[in-house]
Amino acid sequence: MSTLDPALGSTGGGHAVEHAHGHAVHHELSFFRKYIFSTDHKVIGIQFLITTMLMLMVGGALALGVRWQLAFPWSDMPFFGRLAFPEQGGQISPEFYTMLFTMHASVMIFLVIIPVLAGAFGNYCIPLMIGADDMAFPLLNALSYWFMWPAIGFFMASFFVGAGGPASGWTVYPTLSAIKWAAPGSGTAQTFWLLALTCVGFSSMMGSVNYLTTIINMRAPGMTLFRMPLTIWAMFITAILQAFALPVLTAAGFMQLADREFGTCFFIPSGLIVNNHAPTIGGGQPLLWQHLFWFYSHPAVYIMLLPAMGMVSDMLATMCRKPVFGYKPMVFSIAAIAGLGFIVWGHHMFTSGMNPALGMTFMVSTMMIALPSAVKTFNWLGTMWGGRPRFNTVFLNCCGFLSMFVVGGLSGIFMAAVPVDIYFHDTYFIVAHFHYILFGSTLFAVFGGITYWFPKMFGRMMNESVGKLHFFLTFIGFNGTFFPMHMLGIAGMPRRYADPYIHPYLEHLLPMNQFMTCCAILMGFAQFLLLGNFAYSIFFGPKCGRNPWEANTLEWAAPTPPPHGNFDVPPVVYRGPYEYSSPSHPESDFWPQTEPPKKGPQQDDAPDISHGPDGTGPH
Amino acid sequence: MKRLWAFFFILWPVVAITAGVISPSMHWWFPGAAQSPIGQRIDDLFYMILIIVTVVFIGTQVAMGYVLLQGARDTDAPGRAMFTHGSHALEVIWTVVPAGVLLFIAFYQLDTWAAYRVKENYPMSSRLSPVAEITARQFEWRIRYPNPKRKFESLPEVDAWLRQPAPDDLYAVNELHVPTGRAVVVHLRTADVQHAFFVPILRIKQDAVPGLVIPIIFEALKPDAYEWVCAELCGWGHYKMKARVKAEPKDDFESYLKGLEREQFDDGVSGHGTKKAAAGESKSEAAAEAPK
Repeated sequence: MSTLDPALGSTGGGHAVEHAHGHAVHHELSFFRKYIFSTDHKVIGIQFLITTMLMLMVGGALALGVRWQLAFPWSDMPFFGRLAFPEQGGQISPEFYTMLFTMHASVMIFLVIIPVLAGAFGNYCIPLMIGADDMAFPLLNALSYWFMWPAIGFFMASFFVGAGGPASGWTVYPTLSAIKWAAPGSGTAQTFWLLALTCVGFSSMMGSVNYLTTIINMRAPGMTLFRMPLTIWAMFITAILQAFALPVLTAAGFMQLADREFGTCFFIPSGLIVNNHAPTIGGGQPLLWQHLFWFYSHPAVYIMLLPAMGMVSDMLATMCRKPVFGYKPMVFSIAAIAGLGFIVWGHHMFTSGMNPALGMTFMVSTMMIALPSAVKTFNWLGTMWGGRPRFNTVFLNCCGFLSMFVVGGLSGIFMAAVPVDIYFHDTYFIVAHFHYILFGSTLFAVFGGITYWFPKMFGRMMNESVGKLHFFLTFIGFNGTFFPMHMLGIAGMPRRYADPYIHPYLEHLLPMNQFMTCCAILMGFAQFLLLGNFAYSIFFGPKCGRNPWEANTLEWAAPTPPPHGNFDVPPVVYRGPYEYSSPSHPESDFWPQTEPPKKGPQQDDAPDISHGPDGTGPH
Repeated sequence: MKRLWAFFFILWPVVAITAGVISPSMHWWFPGAAQSPIGQRIDDLFYMILIIVTVVFIGTQVAMGYVLLQGARDTDAPGRAMFTHGSHALEVIWTVVPAGVLLFIAFYQLDTWAAYRVKENYPMSSRLSPVAEITARQFEWRIRYPNPKRKFESLPEVDAWLRQPAPDDLYAVNELHVPTGRAVVVHLRTADVQHAFFVPILRIKQDAVPGLVIPIIFEALKPDAYEWVCAELCGWGHYKMKARVKAEPKDDFESYLKGLEREQFDDGVSGHGTKKAAAGESKSEAAAEAPK
């Protein structure tokens, strides 16, 4: 790593010059350029955060629509029903039900989870945590945010074109999606869906290129790769995943668009008679879509999880006042998950009729991807072990993350086992599993992350009591909603049924679904606590200094909130990010990365075993 | 307060385990014991994984409860957290042990998968006597039986029959009859979009993919009518592709097919039309049944 230092040094010098320059220019910016069409990574990050929080409420409302139908099938929906579909007497039609779950998943995945992690936290944290003054390509960064809006526009507009929203699930399997007359939602709405997907794809791609460049080139002097916080490692590896997987999905999306609009037949075989329409011609293969789609969308599962893992590692270490247990194994685990993540996509297709030999190989690789996840879990437990935790909102959300991640990870093993998956494929068991990962893990980490970085973003703290209440209600509501889904899956209830109770073997599950819906409503309304706390605290929260959590990483060395250009003193990094409670630093139980060593470079990292040869400090 | 939170994180896995334990008695469990040999093997594998997973779940949650309680206790007095960056030995242990367990789980599954999905493992007699071809469409299942008189001599003949319906094929909708007591093969295809053949009590699921004809093998252990649903989103009526698989002894199955044939080839001109066809059949049936 020492070879990097001269270059880093010169970059650091460059920063200082640009920094001064930057200030002079940015003082003259109008409100519009400063807060709306800003190229400042922090403003863009906050824009992403607020947008995704709003979209979280939209996606949640769609989910409550789904839950309403499952608990009270064909009964009038209170308030909303009369407004949205008066012609059906306020009742959800089966067509609209398919649109509800399609758009719930699409909004939550493409407009909430992916952008909140990479967009909001990636943007906000990367330059601050590596000691850069901004992203490598600030304008590209702004574009990455502004490409979200056409995507949101297309998704929302899709409800109002043709016969209503897209209805072939978020996986949009052909031929249901590729043939316009296959379903009411497969008309113009599906085209809009594909265009929205393309826009979010552009957005992610611009972000990932930017993150990669920034992390590789713009680290502060002394910030060697193995001194990067795990959040940055996770963001870095996520960006690699996005850069390599996303083009496949974008290409597949265009192929489906061409099938629909230009009469190509990538995914449509010949001779299908759909809805008594003339037979299709062509020689396409629907399984091709599944392969291309999951080649992106399985790595995307990790795009939706890895940054959360990194953030939790940072927050846990800070809140437990203890170094991350096994820093390097944590880094290697993230890398292993990302690497294996590219060769497990077939486990979504175990029942699809692909070659059975593929089922076997994909099962083994899928089982093996549980291994780095297990290593990470044990290391988080190790981080908490012997720590002195502060039981605040951030810590509780991290514990929630950990507890839920264990459930989500373990339930995945059932479906990784091909024979067992024959039964569980497309039942509620899988719905339980991915909600434990995407909501139980990722969103709890996000809630923790919002509370953790909020003071840096706005210079004020969020309310602790409301934060804890929000965590408590969300945790109860979440488990009440999703834990019983495991049982629904074991009972054989398939997904995406507007009315499962017409089948005698599912009739007795109605009361359970009603209980789950009550929990879901509780959980949905609990999110107003988060929004309220967020909005209130921006203006009225207690003010805080630079480092309210007494954390080590670089963002806490910057002024609060950081100005355009970030650091008043260009940071120099002397040690790893997790030197909490170090016996070599008796003054305080944290030892910021930027604090210069007092007794010379040899002594200060003597007890440091995790950093090995890199612990020698800057030259 | 911090102890309360520690207990909160201990309480929820207790609730979860309790819910799991009472589930079978509340009928929040499998819709009944598996009624096919492959289903029984799947159930066994499920319970094996369930045991391993439960042990790991309890272990991790207990560990978490322990470190939380310990943390709550330690923070009562001033002092510092333990300073450690990790333990190489622990990392090796908790990498190698789960790797072994996971690989064991994976390899333990392969036989069952091969028996269910690898065509070459199906008994040749079952492959040469396909019970039916099922064509899914929005939102029903169309079933085509080969005429009971028809005997397939080779696999290419079966393929030819799948490509080209024969004039004497028998048709039905939403009710598949199969004989019990032997492994049966049905061929699944779709006329329009993707569907999936799912019979929960037999634990059988297979997607119907446009452009592909996919064989499914299963054996119903006892005569009964099993619910059969669609498990792959196929449009607004996905939930109502309600059908059943009727398993019955060989003789009942054969007489069902005969009845179907009589019904189908009744020309409706004279009441004797059916008799004539039936008479023609009974001769060949007698011939076919002679060896038995």
